Amino acid sequence: MAHAHDDAHGHDDHAHGPDKGIMRWIKTTNHKDLGTLYLFFSFTMFFIGGLMSLVIRAELFQPGLQFVDPELFNQFTTMHALVMIFGGVMPGFVGLANWMVPMMIGCSDLALPRVNNWGFWLLPFAFTMLLSTFFLPGGAPAGGWTIYPPLVLQTGNSFPLLIFAIHLMGISSITGAINVVVTILNMRAPGMTLLKMPLFVWTWLITAYLLIAVMPVLAGAVTMLLTDKYFGTSFFNAAGGGDPVMFEHIFWFFGHPEVYIMILPAFGIISSIIPTFARKPLFGYASMVYAVASIAFLSFIVWAHHMFTVGIPLAGELFFMFSTMLIAVPTGVKVFNWIATMWKGSMTYETPMLFAIAFVFLFSIGGFSGLSLALAPVDFQYHNTYFVVAHFHYVLVPGAVFSIIAAIYYWIPKWTGRMYNEAAGKWHFWLSSIFINVTFFPQHFLGLAGMPRRIPDYAVQFTDFNMVSTVGAFGFFISQFIFIFNILACCYGWFGRQRNATAQVWEGATGLEWSVPSPAPYHTFEDPPLVGDDGMPVHGNAAAHAH
Amino acid sequence: MATDTHATPNLSRYFVPAPSAWPFCLTIALILTVYGVSGYLEDRAIPTTALICAGAALGIFIIFSWFRGVAMESEHGMYNEQVSRTYRWGMSWFIFSEVMFFAAFFGALFYARTLSVEWLGGAGEKGFITNSILWPHFDAAWPTNGPGHVGGAFEIVSPWKLPLVNTCLLLTSSVTITMAHHALKAAHRRACILWMLVTIALGATFLYCQATEYMEAYKELNLTLGSGVYGSTFFMLTGFHGLHVTLGTIMMISITGRLLFGHFKPESHFGFEGVAWYWHFVDVVWVGLFIFVYIL
Ligand code: HEM
Ligand SMILES: [Cu+2]
Repeated sequence: MAHAHDDAHGHDDHAHGPDKGIMRWIKTTNHKDLGTLYLFFSFTMFFIGGLMSLVIRAELFQPGLQFVDPELFNQFTTMHALVMIFGGVMPGFVGLANWMVPMMIGCSDLALPRVNNWGFWLLPFAFTMLLSTFFLPGGAPAGGWTIYPPLVLQTGNSFPLLIFAIHLMGISSITGAINVVVTILNMRAPGMTLLKMPLFVWTWLITAYLLIAVMPVLAGAVTMLLTDKYFGTSFFNAAGGGDPVMFEHIFWFFGHPEVYIMILPAFGIISSIIPTFARKPLFGYASMVYAVASIAFLSFIVWAHHMFTVGIPLAGELFFMFSTMLIAVPTGVKVFNWIATMWKGSMTYETPMLFAIAFVFLFSIGGFSGLSLALAPVDFQYHNTYFVVAHFHYVLVPGAVFSIIAAIYYWIPKWTGRMYNEAAGKWHFWLSSIFINVTFFPQHFLGLAGMPRRIPDYAVQFTDFNMVSTVGAFGFFISQFIFIFNILACCYGWFGRQRNATAQVWEGATGLEWSVPSPAPYHTFEDPPLVGDDGMPVHGNAAAHAH
Repeated sequence: MATDTHATPNLSRYFVPAPSAWPFCLTIALILTVYGVSGYLEDRAIPTTALICAGAALGIFIIFSWFRGVAMESEHGMYNEQVSRTYRWGMSWFIFSEVMFFAAFFGALFYARTLSVEWLGGAGEKGFITNSILWPHFDAAWPTNGPGHVGGAFEIVSPWKLPLVNTCLLLTSSVTITMAHHALKAAHRRACILWMLVTIALGATFLYCQATEYMEAYKELNLTLGSGVYGSTFFMLTGFHGLHVTLGTIMMISITGRLLFGHFKPESHFGFEGVAWYWHFVDVVWVGLFIFVYIL
């Protein structure tokens, strides 16, 4: 029970705990250690991927070729996406799940701690391998993150490393997802019924299901690429009766659920933060759960909206157009509920809340541009232009990435026992929000005017908007240093910061994670708490209640 | 056990494994292997054979040790009801992920048969143009190695010879492993071991038949992995299935070994059940293959 910890250690050096030094991190089976590792890994990847994007934006500042040759430019666009998606966003969310799911459902750790360790350590190795391809003859993969054949089959020495890196990331995602599903289904504290679970837990349950369903499909697709290139199969070779378009189908059968994998946990985070700072319970809890479930279901039957221009039959165009537009309905339900939660709330605007509100607005812009793209006849013009780039960056950066940032500001006092610096947080928020719009909003116009994506040069009439976009990108990148300092200061107690966070941290916060001290003890719940109707622990010895 | 004395969870409630280096080492083993294979595929000047062998040996050693450790924990009664449920859920979801892996290849098969080959043969308005401009002499048919006759003329494996035998073998093995399970639950250890040996023998015979079939296909029928989309789907589907049969057989051998060592109790034997589930899964996939790859 939580209160047993009041006398527990108020320090996190774990003098009595696990191994010392590097071995602690290599051998750890603790969800908090692994969550921390995941988050630091994710930061590193965001940083590397961010540097690549700066090279891309620098090159696109003006028409003509300035800094990199086209070959290297293509390598950067390809690797930027792979690193950001599989190295940044996904591990970031897994890190948050590691930290928060056991705390939110009231258990000691994830269900399969050793598998958890394996899932993490695959990633740094897989990415080292993938990034090392920059130094091979022929360079890194350059056919785009969607790795379409036949183009991708022209990749040089780095091709098998690309395929195997994707396999290893897939194993990591699947093991991580199985762990989360099993933990949620099996380890909930007594009284934590399914419909009492915080939305972050719900969204992760559904995300994990999506991961287990589609990562193996991606593994299959890249295996076919491998055998097509080296073992003479004809999956994607029309002369042998196959079809390159078949790859696109298999890829996007994975790919579209994948984009929801990158946004559903964000929905969960936003649904946790907004009620706290509006000091009102989440509006329409059950409808939120059903909305997420229906989004997950629909995400399996919309994949060909990425392929409107490849020549699928008319019936296919129509089916995928309407099914895609249908997704806007549950998404609208969610946005409506967030706003209704804030309606007449006693709102305060701490940094996590600012990011959450920005998420609601800016993610919706991405949703609207998605809706435009969903119209098949319209997409004929927009496809492969900067409009698509603007769309997915709106859902991914002020969507997924803002939610990760918000989550870190929101929960870091719980993790470290120290409050972050609010003023710096606000600076970080305003600079990020302004620069992200400066970066991506003009790209809508570029796309509408016909500027193609993934090309290092462009016609002169696109120059102005590109310059603006590049300035925004550099500004956004530099603003993130405020964040890094703020977070590291929390972790390491720089500037003499005390462990001043209370257990509840935020006045309006509810949920099991706020019932344990800050920093949370190494094993959160030694005994499962008994969860009451309000989702908070019932005082007294839970074990006694439960037996 | 966790060395953390201060805040150790209530162990009657939670099983918390001690820190472990196995997962990390397994990652190293995997990396060595795939790096070696990559070098081999691209003819790079790195010691590919050494990397592959080292990786594989290390990997096998780690998997063995890791599972041995888990078996020991289980035998020492460190697992409670909750852990048992965890393993059940975990295994079920793992099998689901395997199902989806096969689904990708089945999807490729269906796509090729109903769409890409038809289009190449001129079906539909776009297919009509493709066919008349690019491949005017190609008629859609199945099996096919495509308009380019990739891999040369070939014949297909008759479903009513070895594949039918293999179907019988696997279906029987699903029955015998269930018999073994019933024997275990009734505390008839000897019977259980015997049924397991029968199951293993059936699995091994299946693999032998499949190897024979492959050899015939390559030597006599000119049906190879390179025989256009038919060869690709045929060998990739049956090949991955065969790999799973191999894995399942190894798993059965190891639990039979554990039975000989006196492991498992009539009322709790998840290690056994997990393997049995896996075996049934392999069996179901085979039925799908028999119908969609061999017969239809
Ligand atoms: C209302 C919801 C959404 C709709 C209707 C929608 C629709 C679309 C469509 C039609 C495309 C294809 C455009 C083209 O290539 O011509 C697309 C691309 C894309 N979307 Fe969305 N989308 C939605 C939400 C999201 C979300 C939530 C994410 C991720 C968090 C996302 C990420 C992407 C990405 C990454 C691509 C580009 C992939 C590529 O070609 O490289 N979308 N979207
Ligand atoms: Cu999509």
